[in-house]
Amino acid sequence: MAHRRTTRRALTALVGVAALSFTAACGGGGSNTSSSSGGSQQGADSRGPITFVTGKDNSGVWPPTIDKWNKAHPNEKVTLKEQSDNADQQHDDIVQHMQAKDASYDIVTVDVIWTPEFAAKGWLVPLEGKFALDTSKLLKAPVTAATYNGKLYAAPFASDGGMLYYRKDLVPNPPKTLDEMWKMCDIAKKNNMDCYAGQFAKYEGLTVNATEAINTFGGKVVDDKGKAAVDSPEARKGLQMLADHYKNGDIPKQGITYQEEQGRQSFEAGKLLFLRNWPYVYSLASTEASSKVKGKFAVAPLPGVSGPGASTLGGHSEAISVYSKHKATAFDFLKFIEEDAQQKFFMEKGSLAPVVEAIYSDPALVKKAPYLPTLLTSIQNAVPRPVTPFYPSVTKAIQDNSYAAMKGEKSVDQAVKDMQSAIQSASQG
Amino acid sequence: MSTTATQTAPPTRSRKRGPKSLNAGQGRRGVLLVTPTLILLAVVIMYPLVRAVIMSFQKDSGLDPATGMFSEGGFAGTQNYQHWLLQQCAAAGGTTQPCPPGTLGSQFYDALFVTLFFTVVTVFFEIGLGLWFATIMNRTFKGRGLVRAAILIPWAIPTAVTAKLWFFIFAYEGIANKLLGGVGIKPLLWTGDAWPARFAVIIADVWKTTPFMALLILAGLQLISSDVYEAAQIDGASKWQTFTRITLPLIKVPLMVAILFRTLDVLRIYDLPAILTNGGGGSGHATTTLSILVINQIRAGFNSASALSTLVFLLIAFVAFIFVRFLGADVVQRPPGKEAAKRRWFRRQPVAAEGE
Amino acid sequence: MSTQALPATTAAANTETHQYRHKSQRWQNARGYLGLALLIIWGLAPFYWMVVTAFRDVDYTFDTTPWPTHVTMQNFQAAFSTSTGNHFGRALVNSVIIGISTTTIAMLVGVFAAYALARLDFPGKFLILGAILGASMFPGVALVSPLFQLFSNIGWLNGANYQALIIPNISFVLPLTVYTLTAFFSEMPWELEESARMDGCTQGQAFRKIMLPLAAPGLFTTAILAFISSWNEYLLSQQFSTNITQPVTVAIAQFTGALPRQEPYTTVMAAGTIVTVPLIIMVLLFQRAIVSGLTAGGVKG
Repeated sequence: MAHRRTTRRALTALVGVAALSFTAACGGGGSNTSSSSGGSQQGADSRGPITFVTGKDNSGVWPPTIDKWNKAHPNEKVTLKEQSDNADQQHDDIVQHMQAKDASYDIVTVDVIWTPEFAAKGWLVPLEGKFALDTSKLLKAPVTAATYNGKLYAAPFASDGGMLYYRKDLVPNPPKTLDEMWKMCDIAKKNNMDCYAGQFAKYEGLTVNATEAINTFGGKVVDDKGKAAVDSPEARKGLQMLADHYKNGDIPKQGITYQEEQGRQSFEAGKLLFLRNWPYVYSLASTEASSKVKGKFAVAPLPGVSGPGASTLGGHSEAISVYSKHKATAFDFLKFIEEDAQQKFFMEKGSLAPVVEAIYSDPALVKKAPYLPTLLTSIQNAVPRPVTPFYPSVTKAIQDNSYAAMKGEKSVDQAVKDMQSAIQSASQG
Repeated sequence: MSTTATQTAPPTRSRKRGPKSLNAGQGRRGVLLVTPTLILLAVVIMYPLVRAVIMSFQKDSGLDPATGMFSEGGFAGTQNYQHWLLQQCAAAGGTTQPCPPGTLGSQFYDALFVTLFFTVVTVFFEIGLGLWFATIMNRTFKGRGLVRAAILIPWAIPTAVTAKLWFFIFAYEGIANKLLGGVGIKPLLWTGDAWPARFAVIIADVWKTTPFMALLILAGLQLISSDVYEAAQIDGASKWQTFTRITLPLIKVPLMVAILFRTLDVLRIYDLPAILTNGGGGSGHATTTLSILVINQIRAGFNSASALSTLVFLLIAFVAFIFVRFLGADVVQRPPGKEAAKRRWFRRQPVAAEGE
Repeated sequence: MSTQALPATTAAANTETHQYRHKSQRWQNARGYLGLALLIIWGLAPFYWMVVTAFRDVDYTFDTTPWPTHVTMQNFQAAFSTSTGNHFGRALVNSVIIGISTTTIAMLVGVFAAYALARLDFPGKFLILGAILGASMFPGVALVSPLFQLFSNIGWLNGANYQALIIPNISFVLPLTVYTLTAFFSEMPWELEESARMDGCTQGQAFRKIMLPLAAPGLFTTAILAFISSWNEYLLSQQFSTNITQPVTVAIAQFTGALPRQEPYTTVMAAGTIVTVPLIIMVLLFQRAIVSGLTAGGVKG
């Protein structure tokens, strides 16, 4: 019995510890969200060495680029800092460093979906006045995605858009509209293949694919002011299409477990007629030893209602931290990466879609990457994902509800309503 | 604080017993010996914990409609806690509404259920398998070193790699479905449907952490003198009797420590479901655990996340309480005197009596 | 020596004369080996799949042939290649440094605390036990932000500041270390210590010379648990490590395919294989120590 009594004491003690923390709580205080961007002009004219932060550099485009810069600017050397390969971790890493007001992160590479959040937190230097960036040569969609509240906050570095991979041996003329594509599913059935797959597993890829469907039918997730606007007949049509074709098997049942790589695997194994995916699949499907579709596939713009569909925009931009001590150098480096020479190099070496429109018609590059004109169409028709500082909550609302709708666990009508109120609630903070 | 300290003084009974009475300075020495532990824990755990509790009473920063910039939220009272516990989400005009599906708030109770479910099922399997593995590892046979190493392999692979490995195994066109196909079972949507997704997480977790359990139990088995078993054998105790009447009571303390810590671990499980299913499955969040919810919420607003972390902390403290109070995970209060040791050592008599 | 560790031991040379005993012994032997086989399959099958994948040509990543096909060493080369800025070799060394430091310090600190908790009486003992247990109740994911700011303020987040990784690791393993050791210490036959003290040893000497050797299996087990948790730690390391101090878990997470969005499964599996091997060797080296204990010790009989 003594055991029990003493046990209780140990636990009482624990509660005591918790209570102690509580008392301390009342004495302390403080918050780590910076509400002002007062630092943005600090160091505006000063030059010196800077650190350039980017997610894992898959194809090694940065070391040569930075070397080139450093040779020309020996007093304003750029140091490369690589983060992890995982987008969420890159995001969290930037958040941590910004919250700690870390001056060692001068330029940060932001995914198109993070710009509004970081801008609204006051962490990014607006590219205006002294830092005004010439965007006339750039593609429109990436610039829009880097704009928040009418101000440009980041310099687009690489873009990305979805394309329709199709089996040209089975489908001589690629579908121009969605209706055409779904009709061609008969061809898949005849050949004992699955018809269509995108990225429908529950992760960011689902947001990409679901917003593509919504935007293609003319719907919107949020309006220009960032308010929820998804509760519309157009959005319903988009989601309904996905739900219907999942139900009837045009999208195979395992389609809801596919991320980019599983879709690519299925396509390369010759089990899939149509695949929505990013440009990277092109070179792998044409060269991988295990690919059974070498020379048998081609790309087309995503089909829409009556013409090309609305691809969701991918890609990254570069932004200057308000805590940087050498903002003038940082800005010069941004201009440097927008130059044609660098943009071409990124494409050649890393297959990164350029943000400068003219490069897409460069004959040498098109020869090497025949999908470039298609990709240009895709990006020209691309819609940025919802531009909102509450992106994490918005993408969650889209993912959970469209996943449930596709699986038939709730009606499309209900899913759209829930999506609307979840997004509304999130932006009430 | 001082009151709790007095309350928790150990029973005077044990103070007078044993070798302790030989030593007058042991109070000071005891405090001295535990100080390094406490300092380390204070810096790395207590400091963030206290901070989290403070933050949990602050509102998340809200968007200032005039500037489009975030501004600090100010004091929130218990609003963040109500958000989770009472499912109150913000609505227009500063009022609240029930959390709509697809918000993090709406998934609190589901996540609680999933977390508790994972905990009960994985710990249950781990105890069973752990006991079995430990018994085998305790035997003498040729190549037992290799067997022991083999058992420990799953645990030696970093969780991040394990999760990727199982993700790969459980892919629709992966090896798991292929092997199931070999015995005539239709391929499962391991990461898509609710229950397969949950069991995918459970299988991976049990596979990974059973060695931990087995190793701790093995160390407990090692403390049992072989005399005890010899005596039981002579008395004609059956194998089952030997196990329940001798082995189990003798390894109870290390076993309970293992179970307690595994329970606390699973209650905070994050990596495996995050990488394996991204919290998905079923209608979209069938494998979302409390820790996944915490990290999603950190991205959406740190202060509400702090409230959630504090709730998780209280939940786990409650579970630990139940454990210590009712299940006798009583490592903390064993009177460390001679008597206790003796009591444990010579507990075989009743077995012998029953065996006859 | 430890052959009679359990009555049901498969290989126990039990020379009972009764015929039925013989029979049941053989049956038990068979069952024992079956169990053994199951156990090895359980532990090794997924690992086997990892190794098979690790040796598979990246172009055939998704091949599901259950035996090695398209065997290549290129994934291992890719893992160690520094051409894309990976430093897996250095990360391995880092993990060893961090693991050994963490284990050593945690064991030292933990043994002190556990001894005090198991053997000494002092005010606030239960408060302390509660607090130590409480330390493993807070969701680890919520520790990152406050610690990041703390470490950032004191300048630990750049260069070769290994302590930024070691100190959190120690704190993570300490609760388990202290509890495990306390459990073992309180189960040990302390009358031996007392008799040593009667013979004129101090309490400290008695502990060092008599009790510590007896506690060896418990100590080794705990040390291995501590080392492996440190070896596996990822969440905080990923935030607190620099290019110099990066441990393997973080390095593996940074492996990428040659193209964006391509997942380098085969390289990750190769790295996983490399990371697992040192631990297997360690277990093989120490397994004798893990399993010696009382059966071999001086208390027998």
